[in-house]
Amino acid sequence: MEIKKTSLYQLHQSNNAKFVEFAGYKMPIQYPEGIVEEHKFTRSHSGIFDVSHMGQLFIYGQDSLVEDLEKIFPLDLKNLKINHSKYSFLMNDAAGIHDDLILTKIENGFLIILNAACKESDYKILNKLLHNKYKMVLDEKRSLIAIQGPKSSEILNNLIKGVNKLSFMSGNWFSFQNQKIYITRSGYTGEDGFEISLLNEDAEKFTKKLIEQGAKLIGLGARDTLRLEAGLCLYGHELDKDKTPVEANLKWAISKERVSKGNFIGFSKISKQLADGVKKIRVGIKPEGRVIAREKTKIFNQSDVLIGEITSGTFGPSVNGPVAMGYVENDFSKKNTKIFLEVRGKKHPANICGLPFYKKSYVKGANK
Amino acid sequence: MSEVKYSKEHEWIKLEGDVATIGITKHATEMLGDIVFTELPEKGSSVEKDGTAGVVESTKAASDVYTPVSGEVVDTNQEIVDDPSKINQDPENSAWFFKLKVKDKSEMDSLMNKEDYDKFAKESSS
Repeated sequence: MEIKKTSLYQLHQSNNAKFVEFAGYKMPIQYPEGIVEEHKFTRSHSGIFDVSHMGQLFIYGQDSLVEDLEKIFPLDLKNLKINHSKYSFLMNDAAGIHDDLILTKIENGFLIILNAACKESDYKILNKLLHNKYKMVLDEKRSLIAIQGPKSSEILNNLIKGVNKLSFMSGNWFSFQNQKIYITRSGYTGEDGFEISLLNEDAEKFTKKLIEQGAKLIGLGARDTLRLEAGLCLYGHELDKDKTPVEANLKWAISKERVSKGNFIGFSKISKQLADGVKKIRVGIKPEGRVIAREKTKIFNQSDVLIGEITSGTFGPSVNGPVAMGYVENDFSKKNTKIFLEVRGKKHPANICGLPFYKKSYVKGANK
Repeated sequence: MSEVKYSKEHEWIKLEGDVATIGITKHATEMLGDIVFTELPEKGSSVEKDGTAGVVESTKAASDVYTPVSGEVVDTNQEIVDDPSKINQDPENSAWFFKLKVKDKSEMDSLMNKEDYDKFAKESSS
């Protein structure tokens, strides 16, 4: 299969990006300044992320669509206001996760943002579950650009007036050079930010405008360290078909109202796990030293018994130390539980910790 | 000044008397990206030519560091353990990794000189 490129490919190239193949796309992993600088710039200023490889699925329909989607997602969609978003998952009957996604109610339907590697199969699964009843467009004509970091609201508002009024997890249509663009206040870095869906032919000039305003292009490498510090899951690592949302410690994303009534895919497993607890659960893990425990690192308890495995681990530039997430047996999931990570044949001490690793301290009062 | 030689695993080695100083090349640091973790061999331990003698990790991945010659580790550079970013800043000078009392100087003969290494690095990265 031919490797795909996003509309910003030329721009990445002219900014001397290093490329990597990701989910069938040639994507920038980093630029010359490097992952650590890109990470820090996003935390202190504003970073631009090309996430055009992700799926933008538009599903059009009226009231029956809301009802049909409620049979799929554990969300209270009837009470979801227009232009508001929810994080959710596409599950199988055993509540294993096909994909995690963001669903936004738009006029005449829904916009669902899907992971790049899953989007084609998600489309097929959803189309089948919806019995081919609705118009579904996995839109390849649109790019998706994220701008993240404390200066992003000001920068984007200079170009698109009014975006700074959006509340977190909501969106709206705006216009850029007479083209309709859809912007949501959301992201994947633990920072304030936005995701902008616009036509492919406008993506480059729009991104160049953001760069003129002082934002910088950031690669997938820093996107990964940022999301990990923010304690956010990455599909294929923290989430997959053998893990449920309850095991992934994402029960906050499951509507209590819906669980009380049932009638969605995976319900019986979810309700059982919510009532009886789970055997394994996703946790944050902080190594005591500097050693980095990568994915697949084995986790042991103090009696040297294997209790789990790391799903993502790296060096967190803002934490200035190693950070990881993984699954451990439920009995060892409490904060401050001492564990050991086997790296290159040696066991290194670490502790279970709360997520996120990095939390923004917003200034709330102006006169201090 | 003695001549600096280079290995195919992207280490540099400088021999002064019986003692060789070993580090990783600038080209290696450029391929690795930001180095955020370093592990060095223990002082007093023996290492064998082409054997593992340490680890460097970038935000992306871990890579082994090999020794281009055999010998006994007589010194290690704690500064790059405490602040691994120094390796990106000055890889072929102050950010050396370890010093060896060399067992057999003839092991140096198979290594590349600067000109050959530069050519090798250019070819291996393209």
